Amino acid sequence: MGILEVKGVNKRFGGLQALGNVNLSVQENTVHAIIGPNGAGKSTLLNCLVGKLIPDSGSVMFDGKSVLGRKPYEINQMGISRVFQTPEIFADLSVIENVMIPCFARRDGSFRLHAIETVEREKDIIEQAERMLADVKMLDKRHAHAGSLSRGDKRRLEMAMCLVQEPKLLLLDEPTAGMARADTNNTIDLLKEIKAKRDITMAIIEHDMHVVFSLAERITVLAQGTPLIEDTPDNIKGHPKVREAYLGEAQV
Amino acid sequence: MFGLNPKDTRFLLIVIALTLLTPILLNPFPTESGLAQFNAGYPALMQRFAIYGLMAIGFNILFGLTGYLSFGHAAFLGVGSYAAVWMFKLLSMNVIPAIIASTLVAGVFALAIGYVSLRRSGIYFSILTLAFAEMCYRMAYSVLTPITNGETGLQLTLNDPRILDGGEAITSLPVPGLFGLQMTSYSTLNIAGWSFTFSVGYYFCAVVAILGFYLSLRIFRSPFGMTLRAIKSNQQRLNYTGMNSRPYTLAAFVISGMYAGLAGGLLAAMDPLAGAERMQWTASGEVVLMTIVGGVGTLMGPVLGAGFIKYCENIFSKINEGVLHGWFGFLPDGLEDLVVWIFARFVGEGWHLTLGVMFMLIVTFLPGGLVEGGRRIAARYRNRGKSDAAKQPAE
Repeated sequence: MGILEVKGVNKRFGGLQALGNVNLSVQENTVHAIIGPNGAGKSTLLNCLVGKLIPDSGSVMFDGKSVLGRKPYEINQMGISRVFQTPEIFADLSVIENVMIPCFARRDGSFRLHAIETVEREKDIIEQAERMLADVKMLDKRHAHAGSLSRGDKRRLEMAMCLVQEPKLLLLDEPTAGMARADTNNTIDLLKEIKAKRDITMAIIEHDMHVVFSLAERITVLAQGTPLIEDTPDNIKGHPKVREAYLGEAQV
Repeated sequence: MFGLNPKDTRFLLIVIALTLLTPILLNPFPTESGLAQFNAGYPALMQRFAIYGLMAIGFNILFGLTGYLSFGHAAFLGVGSYAAVWMFKLLSMNVIPAIIASTLVAGVFALAIGYVSLRRSGIYFSILTLAFAEMCYRMAYSVLTPITNGETGLQLTLNDPRILDGGEAITSLPVPGLFGLQMTSYSTLNIAGWSFTFSVGYYFCAVVAILGFYLSLRIFRSPFGMTLRAIKSNQQRLNYTGMNSRPYTLAAFVISGMYAGLAGGLLAAMDPLAGAERMQWTASGEVVLMTIVGGVGTLMGPVLGAGFIKYCENIFSKINEGVLHGWFGFLPDGLEDLVVWIFARFVGEGWHLTLGVMFMLIVTFLPGGLVEGGRRIAARYRNRGKSDAAKQPAE
């Protein structure tokens, strides 16, 4: 049994079958990549996992509980954090406040009217946030305005916001999309570092083969809404079915 | 002190000092001088500063922190006034039960209206709140006449029960008071040519407004306030971070509605009558203007904005053509008439035109409102001090 079990998921948008009978099992403490050409249904699948979309049929079980029909904040409280394609942060808040919000979410749940307490007195939360920022090497920027960070730093900050919740599963939606090679390599190093320091399960949706083969332990190839194959990176490399999916025709 | 850090404590103490000294600070001109008409230190106007300042402080908790622009806060002001007058009629002329009731009743209304309106955001939220406020206004005018006394407005009468006050027969209408201290009583201090009025009503409003300001300061510095700012910044991220934004926005809406209700209760405590026109959309728009003119999302901005607009309303509307002829009497006749005619459009009945022009200027050149203006002046002053200091060693 994996920590995330997707069984027979179908999703149709009008005449388009976006997902057709998708089965996926992500094992605990692995980095699992989901790859596939444009329009393969990667993003649709991810949106079904985080509560943004509800599949027409099938089941999505996380940690033994169904996530279907739950709101994004409930799914996050179950232990799934999400990194977006373009970093989603609180641009009007300072860097440390960005990290403190998920700390509060983890400690106090989805709602608490803590209107009379003072942020400055929440020493535990501040310490926790500072430790996290030190982990991603952003402690010196903690009082900076988050909106003024460089794109690479925004990505680091978003990772810090997700990791500080100590999620059981971290979902990454094309974390290097639109990045220059140097930034991509930095992101890969950051993810490797994160993985080395703690037990964490990651599911990465990715386009860039370089990223996938540097990080993933298991790979699922999605094409036209259906998983083609699931295997280790070594076996996926050069697999004829994969080449067919990406290049259209099998090159003999 | 007060659970605040030293900087905020100093800020709060300055605000308290300014509020308590308002009757002196706003009367800078001697009574006999020609500029005395620009004095704002009379009780009726100062009470308005405090009351509308309080309402704007509350409005800012919703609009400034979460970014949800409500166009229906006048409904809570009106509901608060009605609740307060009913307390005067039924229970006692003491203002304490009246303002407690007005806050609570407005809170219940805000809960109901907010629960429905917050299903939408942006312009749709604004339109929903506007629609609810207009509904309240129309209903107060028509079908709810038994409660609101319709067009005439709700007033005290000689045969109200007033259970706690003993219910003995009286010959003149009673005045709201605080344990025997009448809201309308005042004492006047004459020093040289100046005359300062210290009224019970103003100081009562001022104390309530300071408490309201202190609470808003605490909310701004709290984790709750930080979460509200996160909602304004990126609601999607907040939802994917495990927080449910709905109860947060609803709590902010109810708190700001209760501030408006309290302000309505204070209006009734100063002058015990309540009319439906207090709920009209223009009144809702006014608090939006106050907050924007002063500075959205800043602590002091809404109070400054409220003071600015109420000052313009009361001072500019008092200037009539007669006063203008006095000012421009030195000009040749034809020119005098022309100049007076032009200026007359902007004062008296036309003071809204002045307000409109000022609002446009502020939004265009000072998007952060009066507070930003103050900051810019302070920064310029500080920079000059710095460059002077830099020059020193060269000499």
